[in-house]
Amino acid sequence: MLTKRIIPCLDVKDNRVVKGVNFLNLRDAGDPVELGARYSDTGADELVFLDITATIRSRKTIVELVEKVAENVFIPFTVGGGIQSVEQIDELLRSGAEKVSVNTAAVQNPSLIAEAAQRFGNQCVVLAIDARRSKTRPGKWQVCVKAGSEPTDIDVVEWAVKAEKLGAGEILLTSMDADGTKAGYDNELNKAVTDAVNIPVIASGGAGTLEHLYDAIVDGGADAVLMASITHFENYTITQMKEYLASWGVPVNL
Amino acid sequence: MIVVIDYNVGNVRSVCKALRHIGCEVALSCEPDIIEGATGLVLPGVAAFGYAVGALGSLAGLIKEVALSQKPLLGICVGYQILFDKSSEYGQHSGLGLVSGNVVPLPPGQVVPHMGWNQVGLPEDMDLFAGLGKEKHFYFAHSFYAEVTDSRAKIAYTEYGFDLPASVQKGNIYGTQFHPEKSGRGGLKILRNFAEICEEGNQQC
Repeated sequence: MLTKRIIPCLDVKDNRVVKGVNFLNLRDAGDPVELGARYSDTGADELVFLDITATIRSRKTIVELVEKVAENVFIPFTVGGGIQSVEQIDELLRSGAEKVSVNTAAVQNPSLIAEAAQRFGNQCVVLAIDARRSKTRPGKWQVCVKAGSEPTDIDVVEWAVKAEKLGAGEILLTSMDADGTKAGYDNELNKAVTDAVNIPVIASGGAGTLEHLYDAIVDGGADAVLMASITHFENYTITQMKEYLASWGVPVNL
Repeated sequence: MIVVIDYNVGNVRSVCKALRHIGCEVALSCEPDIIEGATGLVLPGVAAFGYAVGALGSLAGLIKEVALSQKPLLGICVGYQILFDKSSEYGQHSGLGLVSGNVVPLPPGQVVPHMGWNQVGLPEDMDLFAGLGKEKHFYFAHSFYAEVTDSRAKIAYTEYGFDLPASVQKGNIYGTQFHPEKSGRGGLKILRNFAEICEEGNQQC
């Protein structure tokens, strides 16, 4: 049986892993290469590296980082942040990443998803969505771009469905409202998206306890759970997370 | 020396690193001389089938020739799919035809792509799985799969709403739909087994 995945997320800024609350107030969480190797050795199912500065200067840094990470990480990893072209995707895959996540550029130019899927296969193309609860439309979420700083009029569920049609192989769904709060994932959001698409959805934003992981999988319908704060600062080990989920009947790779 | 075929598709580096990590001598190359001199070949691949076959170009004939000369060949993911006759991913494309079967979309009813760690039943008579026990989780990421029709191929299956072929072995030709280079310790053991198969073949020559 296919297992549910535990995915630590490493937000990278100036070659350090950082973690904030609601995308702000960043706190240092360590060296990305060291942290990546540690997670690879201690049972994480995948890793996600996000270049949260995503400038031209950081682009080169992130390619070098991917190369270093790939030396010691023998589980799949996704790289994202500021990716704008098929050439950049190619460079990151050649440097050792399995998948890339696209966000702002895909909103501005949805055909990037289709181009990337046709060249690298759907399984390589992760659409990252930063979602915020709409203040004007209850029960709806709006897509935010540019590291969450710019809200758009695009509805999250509609965008997810469109991206699936274009060839996205997976959705990394971050609740900006929940991110870093450790108050639990936004499972209404997760459920709305997982019900609407047939590609895997990674729930992200808000993990604080082991129950939260279970809720995202069972109530939110998520195929994988992403977390940062609760694992970087060593509240829980990956094994503890998996043992907890297994004890409640969730299939995991222990 | 094991040669990983460099044909301008993603993720060739991961396979090389994993092989080096377990102490193998590896070359990443598209040079015919080097490919011919290898103890074994690895055909990796993160790409769509058509793109991968196109990128392989004239190397396809050489790889087929080397494989038919009994040198061990390991295809991974799309490199595994290319071992078969043809695929319907984004159009109709011919593969190497080393193992009979067609690459077709995963049937409806399950989440596609099949992405993540799934448990594979490991037949005792498949050399790649020596020392791994009866079953193990490996990392999959694919939307198409090979319907294996070759009666001479041994097949290992995983369960994904149906018995999905996860790995084949036909003589010296090996393939895994999953990524051993990204499947943690169990995956590295598979690569070590392949390296040993290559070494044994070399000694016989």
